[in-house]
This record gives sequence, C-alpha cells and structure tokens, in this order.
Amino acid sequence: MDSDVLVVDDSAAIRKILTRVLRQTGMAIQTIHEAGDGQEALALMAQHRIDLVLSDINMPKMDGLQLLASLKASPQWQNIPVVMITTEGGETKVAEAVRLGAAGYVRKPFTADQIKEKLMGILEPAATL
Amino acid sequence: MNLHSMIAQSLIRSTVDVFSTMLGTELPSGEVTVEGTVEGATSQPNDGVVSLIGLAGSWAGTGSLSCSAAMACRLCSAMLMTEAQSVNEDVLDAVAEITNMIIGSVKTDLEAELGPLGLSIPTVVFGRNFKTRSAAAAEWIHVRFLWDGELLRIKMCLAPSEKAHSVHHSGNSACALDV
Repeated sequence: MDSDVLVVDDSAAIRKILTRVLRQTGMAIQTIHEAGDGQEALALMAQHRIDLVLSDINMPKMDGLQLLASLKASPQWQNIPVVMITTEGGETKVAEAVRLGAAGYVRKPFTADQIKEKLMGILEPAATL
Repeated sequence: MNLHSMIAQSLIRSTVDVFSTMLGTELPSGEVTVEGTVEGATSQPNDGVVSLIGLAGSWAGTGSLSCSAAMACRLCSAMLMTEAQSVNEDVLDAVAEITNMIIGSVKTDLEAELGPLGLSIPTVVFGRNFKTRSAAAAEWIHVRFLWDGELLRIKMCLAPSEKAHSVHHSGNSACALDV
C-alpha cells in the first residue's frame, strides 16, 4: 500500500523541495502533507493516516524535537518513523534526536540521493508495471 | 587558526556548499574582509533584501545574507526551479532558508571549538533606503561573492557572551551592519 508522508518545516521553500524530491525517489508515496510547525503537524496527524514524518528541528511554536517526543510518547503514533532534516548538525542535537527515537537524521543542505538513501528501508519502492 | 579565519573559511565553505547542493550552481570563491567597530559608525542606506539569524550560547552574535532584489529572485528561482519575477513570500522564504543553511552550517563548524550554540529563526527584511544595526558585537567578518555579475554578501559577528553583553550596555562601541 502506498504511504502518506508528512513534511514539517517552517520554510515553504524546503517543503516544496522535499515534496519534489519525495516524488522523484521512486518510493510508493500516495499523499504528501505539509505542516509549518509541530503543532500543525500534530493536528494533521489527528486527521490523516501518516506513515512517515520528515521534520525540521528549529521551528516556531513547537520545534522538531518536541514533536518527536510527543509522537514517541503517543501509543497511537509511537511506531511512525520520524526522520529529522535540519541545519542543526551539532552532536548534541543529533544525540538528542537519536535518544528520542528518530529513525534518521539528514543535514541541510541535502541532496536528493541523501534523502532517498535515508528513506530506503522505511518506505516501499513503488510498484513497477 | 584564529577565530576570524575559522569563521571566514567556514562562511566560504558553507555558502559554496549550499549553492552547489540546493541551487545547483557553482559559486566562485569569496573575498574576505574584517570590519572593526568604529564608534558612532553609520552605514549608508541600501536597497534590497537582508536576512538575519541570531546565534546564542557562551558566544553570541549574528549571521546575515544581503543581496539585491533581483538576485533574491534569482536565488529563489534556482532553489525552487520556478520563475520568480518579483520579491514575494516565496522569495523571502527562500532567502531566509538559504541563510539558515549557511549560518547553520557555520554554527556546526564553530561548535567544535566554542561549544553548543543556539540558532534563531531567520528574519528577512526587504525594502529601500534602509539600514540595520546590531549593538551586540565588535567585529564583522564579511565574505563577498560575485554571482551572475551581482554582489552577494555573507557576514557574521561573534563574541563571548559576557563581552557582547558589556558592549551592548556600554553604549559607546556599537557595530553597524552595512547592508
């Protein structure tokens, strides 16, 4: 079954780029939802079945690490993989994301190949005719 | 290597990296200058776009990107692969994110030497005949790149937090950011 992906970033530019990259990965993706911060992300997740979350860290209202902690504390959402995509490349932030249960970590700037590589094993490849 | 050299090299490396990775374009190496504080210094008014990000921690300061409105549109077009004719929300957002990636990458480089630093959400200003001014640090490291015949300026100032605090409150050695 094709997956629904949620992209969380306060930058509309990054959300557009990630949406384009996701469509080019060849993974089985049905719908890509977008949220501008952690609060919006949680509201969207309450409305849709989400199979993967790609999230920035530095965002207003609720940042990516707070979102990750909320998801991992929820029986309903704790098994949804969350990949952090962020400029925060310091070891402290990476360690915090890993401790909270992130499925992966990609540093900005990123290439399409880096995103695809990180998603292999998380999403199914699209069926070929 | 002293801190100024480290910041300058990191600004160049990260800017070239962001342009190559996210904009698909090669940027020629930048020209570096260091501007010290001059008491009562004022900058000349300028036009265009300036994006600012704060750094905080045991060291504090600001990173910035400034360019013309036309270059901001070209940056957005290259990043989003859509034509931007004038400065709009997409253009301002793209410039903010480019600044975020450049200064964020520099922050990561500097954390190896200076310890953990925090990064603020970017602020972008677009207009004519405006100046910005920071009172929080003594010197700015400037890197100027020439891209498509136009000037792109990346800057950073950074100082130990106590120094920044005392400078901020002394009121006699502010640092004007010439945009």
